[in-house]
Amino acid sequence: MTRIEVQEMHFSYTEQEPILKGINITLDERSTAIIGQNGAGKTTFVKLLKGLLRPMQGKILFDGKDIACMTVAQIAKHIGLVFQNPNDQIFKNNILDEVMFGPINIGMDEQEAKRHSQNALAMVGLSDCEDKNPYDMGLSERKLIAIASVLAMDTDVVIFDEPTIAQDYRGIEKIKKIIRTLKAEGKMVLTITHDMDFVADCFERTIVFAKGKILLDGQTDKVFSKKEELSQAYLEPPHVTQLCNSLGYDKVFLRVEDFVSYVKSKGIENK
Amino acid sequence: MAKIVAEHLKYKYPLSEKLALYDISFTIEPGEFIGIIGENNAGKSTLCQAMVGIVPNFYKGAYGGKVLIGDMEIAKSNISDICKKVGIVFQNPFNQVTGCKLTVYEEVAFGLENMGLPRSEMIDRIDYSLKLLDIYKYKDRNPFDLSGGQMQRMAIASIIAMRPEVIILDEPTSQLDPQGSEEVFRAVQNLSREGITIIMVEHKMEKIAEYSDRVMLLHEGKLIAFETPEKIFSRDDLDCYGVTAPAYTRICKSLGIKNKKTGFYPVTLEETKSLIGFSEKERCPYDQN
Repeated sequence: MTRIEVQEMHFSYTEQEPILKGINITLDERSTAIIGQNGAGKTTFVKLLKGLLRPMQGKILFDGKDIACMTVAQIAKHIGLVFQNPNDQIFKNNILDEVMFGPINIGMDEQEAKRHSQNALAMVGLSDCEDKNPYDMGLSERKLIAIASVLAMDTDVVIFDEPTIAQDYRGIEKIKKIIRTLKAEGKMVLTITHDMDFVADCFERTIVFAKGKILLDGQTDKVFSKKEELSQAYLEPPHVTQLCNSLGYDKVFLRVEDFVSYVKSKGIENK
Repeated sequence: MAKIVAEHLKYKYPLSEKLALYDISFTIEPGEFIGIIGENNAGKSTLCQAMVGIVPNFYKGAYGGKVLIGDMEIAKSNISDICKKVGIVFQNPFNQVTGCKLTVYEEVAFGLENMGLPRSEMIDRIDYSLKLLDIYKYKDRNPFDLSGGQMQRMAIASIIAMRPEVIILDEPTSQLDPQGSEEVFRAVQNLSREGITIIMVEHKMEKIAEYSDRVMLLHEGKLIAFETPEKIFSRDDLDCYGVTAPAYTRICKSLGIKNKKTGFYPVTLEETKSLIGFSEKERCPYDQN
């Protein structure tokens, strides 16, 4: 099982303003959501995991090995990161070439890269678009191309930075399915997101970042039961949980289906 | 304050064979808060761009019908006249940054400079919008050193500072934390109460239901319906259009709870709470624990 241990990690872009202030955490096989206020350090954190930024203090161990001794290219074989802005990631004028770029650069041969890329495009639902120019596509599709490019690399760890931006209902369902598939394949999945209903539906573990520190970390339903801490971190619970809270229920639900079956079991109807 | 009228608007991107907008007609009254929903590629962003003239004047392509803002016909007007009346916040804030300014403060000033406002007026407006979006503390930062969410706040602030009569926002809160997103909705609602017309594309249905006066449902370039949120989200064919109702409406649909007064399913937390809370007390007086 893949493990990432982060020990006493500090980071800042400028001297005056520390961004991450002593992060200690172990990431494991549980699918994990990272949530928190804008500017809390979420994106910085995942860039550090991938070696795009290096800690000022502390260390990151990937399966026990300090990644300070690994180059970005070596880390790329193990950790994939889908950028928040697909335009930072996309640069080819053909979708299949774009998706094959990553796998080829981590050492797959042409055929294997093509097979992985076509599978990845099928997963995001863009199989018919292999020959199109990514820049002719809308933002939601460019996000999916960026996702496929990382999936095709078949890394042990897959990190998504706000994958649901610009996605409609079906797009979000598609991404949920991808995350479940990755999880079933035994990969470690980390996702930064602001969509709390998505977190409730898809992730076993939730980590809350606030002002450069980890404020909460635990099983998703436990984290969403901490109303005050969430509010402190500029977050809110999923919609269904908000409804339970405002109805004064002792029992708190995260998902529509769970709430509905509870209410049905109690025999409450509209009269 | 200007009324927006679209008459048989049709549009096709160059090199495309399909119409992106197909015979769209509607009227929007001044000060209305309009939500636009629909699946990806339904034409939401294209429609937004047609209301500021980017479609067809920037993208070219085939265009028919017209869009009027007040008495100004958009496709035939000059961009410098249009942007005094209508502002648009792009879907991807990175695309909106001018790239020619070194600080957030100057970036927000850009539109105002081009409008030729006096310096003191500019300072008032910039301070106001930066504070409204809670990014005043980043005023001296380089726009490209902002996080995604902070950049999105700056993009919104830049347009609000220009005080147009109509503000179009294309998924303006997609990268904001939940409280930030709520604050933006409230701020925008206040603008609409001041008489500014708000048109917002959004996938967060709970927010659209709570804040919009009316909702446009688009599908494959066609306007399927333009109604109150209750009416739109009570439809039983939403799935066909790749749209889902707010969580509260889905709960009430599953439980068969309608608002007796309106005949529609509830769409907001408050409405749902009052209906479910009421029935629980009525039906289960001794099952409160």
